[in-house]
Amino acid sequence: MINKIVKSAAEAVKDIHDGAIIMISGFGEAGSPLELIHALIDQGAKDLTIVSNNTGSGNVGLAALIEHKRVKKMICSFPRTANSTVFPELYNAGEIELELVPQGTLAERIRSGGAGVPAFYTPASVNTPLAEGKESRIFDGIEYVLERSIKADFSLVKCEQADRYGNLTYHATARNFGPIMCTAAKKAIIQAKKVVEAGRIDPEVVVTPGIFVERIVEVTNPVNESDLVAQKLKYPW
Amino acid sequence: MVENQTKIGWSKAEMAQKVALDIPDGSYVNLGIGMPEMVADFVPEGRELIYQTENGLLGMGPVPEAGKEDLELVNAGKKPVTTIPGASFFHHADSFTMIRGGHIDVCVLGAMQVSADGDLANWSTGAANAIPAVGGAMDLVAGVKRIFVITQHNTKDGKAKLVKQCSFPLTGKGVVETIYSNLAIIDVKEEGLFVREMGPNVDFEYLKERTEAEIFR
Repeated sequence: MINKIVKSAAEAVKDIHDGAIIMISGFGEAGSPLELIHALIDQGAKDLTIVSNNTGSGNVGLAALIEHKRVKKMICSFPRTANSTVFPELYNAGEIELELVPQGTLAERIRSGGAGVPAFYTPASVNTPLAEGKESRIFDGIEYVLERSIKADFSLVKCEQADRYGNLTYHATARNFGPIMCTAAKKAIIQAKKVVEAGRIDPEVVVTPGIFVERIVEVTNPVNESDLVAQKLKYPW
Repeated sequence: MVENQTKIGWSKAEMAQKVALDIPDGSYVNLGIGMPEMVADFVPEGRELIYQTENGLLGMGPVPEAGKEDLELVNAGKKPVTTIPGASFFHHADSFTMIRGGHIDVCVLGAMQVSADGDLANWSTGAANAIPAVGGAMDLVAGVKRIFVITQHNTKDGKAKLVKQCSFPLTGKGVVETIYSNLAIIDVKEEGLFVREMGPNVDFEYLKERTEAEIFR
């Protein structure tokens, strides 16, 4: 019997190894899998490359993972946001690498990684510093830059509903990078707000088909990053 | 009644209104963070625009009432928003398929600098200690059909933002169609920057003094 549900966040992240490339869903706090990130901090894996749109805020979630020096490199589009201090300090001290990627290019590098396409041409970033050193080519009179896809060892993704097969639905704009990150990782690890019986999610509304998912943990009352930041909490508490 | 301070140029709200007037009925529109967001408040009666926000929503509605915010329903500025009837959610690759694929009609962005050729710089000053952050701006200027810029005409310390050539790193080359500043509406044409309309108590000489790039009328 296929059953991808595990009992705890700790069990969900137990095989993440040092040096892993990990995609983490979320646009700001919307869709950020805080409980999985905190379990990863407890687990101790280091020298990680993290692919995520932002760098977290306050001293919780992704910002806490960075603060604990587990991350050697960030691949992201917008590393500074409100209440984001951990990454800027380490970056200015030269203690963390940054690969800055236009947001749409980041999305397409992940999508193509999951789709088995190793590279693609995009018009975004042509004639800017972010295209420097990259191959370019003209198609129909327009210049495009060659971008490589990204594949990850693991993805950590937050979703709304999941079943034991790994079929997922999302909530509102928390969907953001989740579906494509599930496709681009060898193992997509999911925290679901609700685990439902197989068959309860209408096949017409499944967003991520179960084939892309490795394992799921139910987190019924996930914390809100902004609440933790407002309370100035640090992980681990 | 004595008015001892003559108003020069437009307020931010008036600038946003000028932009809104130029967006055709039925357009799919992406608004950048900050001043561009104000454009949504001034859509003329009888016009319907659909707002796309690149974090994954088509059919963005106004800010929710206090207490009704959903932290997972936000705009590109990560602020709570609502959905209109007929809205849809999608993942990032689909969002940028809309953007890069040429499906969005108009994008309104802020600017640090715009050049005489319509080059836009709006993501980094290039300073050594600045944390570079680009977001979706480069994808938007590469793929959206029409790029409008809404910006103060000059920086806070009086420097020109409409320059011969951008000194800041570019977001895109030759991408801006029209600039809506507090002093004037300026169209970017092949022959250069053409002033279409000037704000209250602004004349061409006043505008020229505050513009590094050559302007025409």
